[in-house]
Amino acid sequence: MRKKSYKAWLEGDIAFRGFTYLAALSLVGVVLAILWVLVEKSQLTFTKFGPGFALGSRWDPVHGVFGALPLVYGTVVSSLIALAIALPLSLGIAIYLTQLAPHWLRGPVSFLVELLAAIPSVVYGLWGVFVLVPWVRSSVEPVLGSALGFLPLFRGAPYGFGMLAAGIILAIMITPTISAVSREVLLAVPRSQQEAMLALGATRWETIRMVVLPYGRSGILGAAILGLGRALGETMAVTMVIGNRPQISPSLFELAQTIASIIANEFSEAFNDLHLSALVAAGFILFVITLLLHVMARLLVWRVARVPQGVTRE
Amino acid sequence: MLNTRNKWLVLLMSILLVGVLVGPVGQIEARTIALNGAGASFPYPLYSKWLDEYRKIAPNVAIDYQSIGSGGGIRGILEQTVDFAGSDAPMTDEQLAKAPGEIFHIPTVMGAVVITYNLKGVKTGLKLTPDVLADIFLGKITKWNDKRITSINPGVNLPAQPIVIVHRSDGSGTTNIFTDYLSSISSTWKTKVGKGTSVEWPTGIGAKGNEGVSGAVKQTPGAIGYVELAYAIQNKLPYAFLKNRAGKFVEPTLETTTAAAAGAAANMPEDMRVSIVNAPGQDAYPIAGYTYLLVYKDQKDKAKGTELVKFLWWAIHDGEKFAKELLYAPLPGNVVKLAEKKIKQINYRGEVLHK
Amino acid sequence: MRIRRNQRRRIVDRIMGVLSVLATVVALIPLASILIYVSAKGLSAINWDFFTKLPKPVGEPGGGMANAIVGTMILVGLASAMGIPLGILAGIYLAEFGRGRLAWTVRFICDVMTGIPSIIVGIAVYGTIVVAMKRYSAIAGGVALAIIMLPLVTRTTEEMLKLVPNSLREASLALGAPQWRTVVSVVLRSAAGGIITGVMLAVARIAGETAPLLFTALSSRYWHTGLDQRIASLPVYIYTYATTPYEDLHRLAWGAALVLLALVLVTSMAARVAGRRASGGNRG
Repeated sequence: MRKKSYKAWLEGDIAFRGFTYLAALSLVGVVLAILWVLVEKSQLTFTKFGPGFALGSRWDPVHGVFGALPLVYGTVVSSLIALAIALPLSLGIAIYLTQLAPHWLRGPVSFLVELLAAIPSVVYGLWGVFVLVPWVRSSVEPVLGSALGFLPLFRGAPYGFGMLAAGIILAIMITPTISAVSREVLLAVPRSQQEAMLALGATRWETIRMVVLPYGRSGILGAAILGLGRALGETMAVTMVIGNRPQISPSLFELAQTIASIIANEFSEAFNDLHLSALVAAGFILFVITLLLHVMARLLVWRVARVPQGVTRE
Repeated sequence: MLNTRNKWLVLLMSILLVGVLVGPVGQIEARTIALNGAGASFPYPLYSKWLDEYRKIAPNVAIDYQSIGSGGGIRGILEQTVDFAGSDAPMTDEQLAKAPGEIFHIPTVMGAVVITYNLKGVKTGLKLTPDVLADIFLGKITKWNDKRITSINPGVNLPAQPIVIVHRSDGSGTTNIFTDYLSSISSTWKTKVGKGTSVEWPTGIGAKGNEGVSGAVKQTPGAIGYVELAYAIQNKLPYAFLKNRAGKFVEPTLETTTAAAAGAAANMPEDMRVSIVNAPGQDAYPIAGYTYLLVYKDQKDKAKGTELVKFLWWAIHDGEKFAKELLYAPLPGNVVKLAEKKIKQINYRGEVLHK
Repeated sequence: MRIRRNQRRRIVDRIMGVLSVLATVVALIPLASILIYVSAKGLSAINWDFFTKLPKPVGEPGGGMANAIVGTMILVGLASAMGIPLGILAGIYLAEFGRGRLAWTVRFICDVMTGIPSIIVGIAVYGTIVVAMKRYSAIAGGVALAIIMLPLVTRTTEEMLKLVPNSLREASLALGAPQWRTVVSVVLRSAAGGIITGVMLAVARIAGETAPLLFTALSSRYWHTGLDQRIASLPVYIYTYATTPYEDLHRLAWGAALVLLALVLVTSMAARVAGRRASGGNRG
């Protein structure tokens, strides 16, 4: 009797363990399946163009010539613009929320910033098309063009749509990610060091500059990379505002195309096998880029502070 | 077992799950025959009207059509992810060779591609000649007050604004008709760009769908783009008059579209894959084309095939009367006869489905 | 001299303080703008028909998005039915049993998965399920969303379970409960609040996903007729309607955006409030 129940006891455990084990393996299975589809379906392109696919600068479905460079360029540059805007902003927010804001305000403000992360990408896109793009066209680009038009960055016709609009919308979207992670990183800075600094007569800013920021440096870097990773793979909002033209142009006013946006545009209607496989191949490149960035970010953030759950929404 | 405060959260989750469970039940109750189509966005307004009207007379058939571009329609029919496809570009021989069965092109209506623009104070009727149009889209003419435009438009006050070209970013039959036209009138275009459902544009903004292009043109001062006639008129977008082969500036209308088809209709090939751009005739508008529904000759599902044939028959007869109000040119009589012949050949294991 | 330097230091301090406040304000402007536009424009589109009627053909005024609202619910429900149990089980594995190389791999894979752009998930599901089934379907859409949800649920579960003190486990085991009993009735139960929060955040997240649905669930003009058929959803409708030139459809797109935003924000706010309470009060 007793022996039997002991056996049941064991069997229950083994079965339960087995279930959880299988569930865990399913994650590995899913990622391998995704990888398999990407590799399998991009065969045609990589055998035809070789690794040069990543460096080809023409994307011409009519003549069957595909090179991913304009897409990689669009993806990387729009994300870097986003980072250039979002990083200082997020640092400001993180500093304000951890060092300066009155305590009663910290909760509500960080909640509001995190709300930005909850807004669906397609809603950003809708707002981008009807609010942001007209504003960029009528206010931002003419002002930048006349003030800084001597730089090739700010030349050309103000379309509204284009690299700049995509960069701005991405910046808004990644700010909550970067600021939340930076906040955690800054919170992990030992209180005693800051107090020591203040006791020596330093101002608050000097404390931040000489103690807080250096201490959190690699964590902030990790946060930035995490944000960058999110920007690289962002699809809908970018597709709706970037202008969808695969080209490499120094001007931020110009239209561009990212890997994700070209897939959204062309995947459902590409009918010849080469075109389709070229899109998948571009997706494969995106996969590899985000993978590398992600690994880097994790390593950096892990070193400093545990990433709080619910913060990384990518 | 859960904290009280979390109970309602669980409730919410359960509601979502119930949705899944109720889903299949509702489906059994209202088992209808579903026919799924996708493809060209060019005829989408008409098709959405058709589907709505057809539902009224055949409530047991749910026909869906999603506008994803002609290229997507062609891939859908080749991969058999759709029951029928829409395309403004006839399939090429190479594409047809890939199909697992014989594919019929059933023309439904004709449409015209118009040149639309966004110029303050300039309404419909800007005049364009073929070579000027080609050079604008080639990026050779970059300002609206270029001599070559102003000289053919005396009295029109054209601004010194840069020309912003808007083109389709997705594969589309509209692009095919438009680039087919540009290739037929400009040898530079033909060698440099060519024709196709998506081409490598020398310049300009890409936008998705007829919708996207007219949307972008509407939002961008100085923009020029090409859209389907119905889209331009329904959106009250201004459009250009084009010089046709007979040397006359023609307004794109249903009549001038029909005039373009009139000549071409006489020598319609048996498989109905035909280009009617730059057609001869005094009043022929030069950028026009058929739009097709693509179906397999040999249907694999008898019930579906039967309903599909019924719908096609209805479309080219009763459906045509909705064409004009939505600004599509109905098929000429002899083309309807040719289409009838094709529909009558659609079969299930040799059994003709048309009754 | 000394005083002037101190003054400068104080001014710099002030300026940096103002800048950080400014950064916060600047970041909140888009939030305000989005909320205002979506509610102002969305409200004008919303009426009874919006929640009860099917879309009208292009160019005819009126019509609603009832099918898309139901469709989104079904897709999210399908994804949850697959993603939540699997994710929780995988999370249990990582927290309770996961040691050694396999656990490290799973944890790594889980991190990688959160970083995969959602459009790539769409391609992968298209390449497998849609091509195999030869049609766009609600199932394919549900699977795509479940894949996006899976790592989020796994991660949450693992972290929440790890917060449960070991003494609870030991007490349960000492009473003679088998390990599975311990995990299910003791550990999981005490972490339930946190897990539900994480799960709801994941649900809110996938409810707004568009990219993976474009090639999997597509869209539809009708009520869904089966899980093996294409299905309408709010995000895809917003995308397609926003890019049309029709004012009527723009209005509907704003309306749909308002409904979607309300769904997503209410869910994630509730999740956060629940989470705050759970972590503030007694855990379990």
